[in-house]
Amino acid sequence: MKPVYIAGAGMTQFGRSEWTLMQLASVASLAALHHANLGDIRVDGVVVANMGAARVNRQTALGSALVDQLALYPATAESVENGPASGASAVKIGVQAIASGMADVVLVTGVERMRVVNGLEGTDFVASLSHPEAEYIYGVTLPALAGMFARLFMDKFGVERKHLAMVAIKNHENAAKNPYAHIQQTVTMEGILTLPEAAVNNPPIAEPLHMFDCCPVSDGAASLVLVSEDVAAKLGGPKVRVAGIGQATDTHAVHEREDPTDLKSVRIAAKTAFDRAGLKPQDVDVVELHDAFTILEIAESEASGFFPRGEGHKALERGETRLDGALPINPSGGLKAKGHPVGATGVAQLVELVWQLRGECDARQVKDAKVAYACNFGGFGNNVVASVLQREA
Amino acid sequence: MGNISELEVLLRPPAMDMPVYPPKAITLASGETMVVRQVAREEVPTLLEAIYPLLWVERDFYDIVAARLFGELLAYKRYRVKDEYVLVGLIDGVLAGMVNGRLVDEKTGMSYHTLTIRRGLRVGSHLFAAKMEYHIEHCQQEEVLIVAESPIGFRRWMIEYPLEKKFEVQHEMGGVPSWLLPKDVYYAAKPRLVAGHRPISDELMKSSATIILPEEETVVRQVAGEKEEQQ
Repeated sequence: MKPVYIAGAGMTQFGRSEWTLMQLASVASLAALHHANLGDIRVDGVVVANMGAARVNRQTALGSALVDQLALYPATAESVENGPASGASAVKIGVQAIASGMADVVLVTGVERMRVVNGLEGTDFVASLSHPEAEYIYGVTLPALAGMFARLFMDKFGVERKHLAMVAIKNHENAAKNPYAHIQQTVTMEGILTLPEAAVNNPPIAEPLHMFDCCPVSDGAASLVLVSEDVAAKLGGPKVRVAGIGQATDTHAVHEREDPTDLKSVRIAAKTAFDRAGLKPQDVDVVELHDAFTILEIAESEASGFFPRGEGHKALERGETRLDGALPINPSGGLKAKGHPVGATGVAQLVELVWQLRGECDARQVKDAKVAYACNFGGFGNNVVASVLQREA
Repeated sequence: MGNISELEVLLRPPAMDMPVYPPKAITLASGETMVVRQVAREEVPTLLEAIYPLLWVERDFYDIVAARLFGELLAYKRYRVKDEYVLVGLIDGVLAGMVNGRLVDEKTGMSYHTLTIRRGLRVGSHLFAAKMEYHIEHCQQEEVLIVAESPIGFRRWMIEYPLEKKFEVQHEMGGVPSWLLPKDVYYAAKPRLVAGHRPISDELMKSSATIILPEEETVVRQVAGEKEEQQ
């Protein structure tokens, strides 16, 4: 396998956008291409990640559409739909194309425009990733699955609502420093948990999860320019290498798992990514986790190997995952506050990490970050892609 | 009314005695304190200034809410509406949102509009709840007639409380079939939806005595959900 580098990273503001799907994808792509400063080096391939455009935007074949929008012909074009893991899956496909020698430059763009439909329809479209006969027909939604998962996880490991609130507070604080974040608003423990008003400010969504435990529904796009070693050498500048990618699956229906609190797919994907990178969790300086629900940040921080099982909330309590802690998690604000345009999320996590490794994150910069890790959590843990990036001198 | 002309007396609707809404303070999710208080007629021009730029914001039906609210506030200021009241939410004195309504008779209230300027902190929910609190608890009414002009309003009022259908009554907002908040539903919803404490400190009272308007650009940006321009 040939080494693969990320030469450029860009994204749109996450939030609610009036732009079309293709406008979002184009703006993020152009930002990444500009960041890469390719000059006359041509793009060989385009991979677009998306989950819901066929249903909510009435558009398919997004890869071809983006090639046309950016006049990148005759570049190859693919579209990837892999639920919430679409973004990192698309990156994996781009990496494979370069690692195999089939391409030298691949543009990977994740995009989603979900706010075009109302909340009920949006929730239903995301729920369509659940098991059709065992979950979906009974009205299961992602918040419902996360609520049940949270209940089990909290009972088993002594996690309390205050720990969930601590994740939200930390990630909102980080997002307030991220001009691309959907919600740039800090929140307090008093305002969302301890004062009587908190019951109104932070109503239940799927107990024990409340509003501030859930990510917002966002529009947005994110983009990466992947290049071969030869192209990276020509471009010069900071070199961020895709050190390892791992992917793993689990049962479609959550209740079929031996222990639903054990995120086996995260464990396996993370281990594969670290093994391929020749690195260990202890080598990581900065992390982006898929905190669509606050409980998932705690659970994924353990399953990825950063903390022993049942200890994630204790590390959180000690402040280790804060921006100024030993292992900052979700400096971007995470899905919780940066936002979660589903198909764009996996790409956006890596955009943040590329910026972190290049020292371009201003107020939310993690000092001297050299190794970064992301977990893009698809389905409800039935398809997970983990990535390790490394800054080279 | 001693110094107004006889014609003006005829033009003004008859007025009932209305209690003053006692100000309260609510801690928001951000930790900021929002004071909810009633406004006097003299303060209406300030509110009109805040509403004006929203007349052209289509998003979430702000344009129609702003246009109707503008008229309702003018009517209140110039005595052309019966028994209207206006409440505002102020954070450090800065206008975060406003609500209004009126009393139809002693038993029934009618909710007019809820307009949120500072979004994402349930300011609108708090202010709407304060409005219901005013009708049911302070004016001692039995029920409030309500409609929503946006899907957000429908979720917040019709679903969250939940309201009852009273479709045989056309609401003053365009003759839309009304929904109803009866007193018992209000009290059932109160622990979930009505927040805040009284009395408020002298310091808070002082800081909220004068309405400070956010910059026009800030108002439109907050309402439209836009952020600062990116590089």
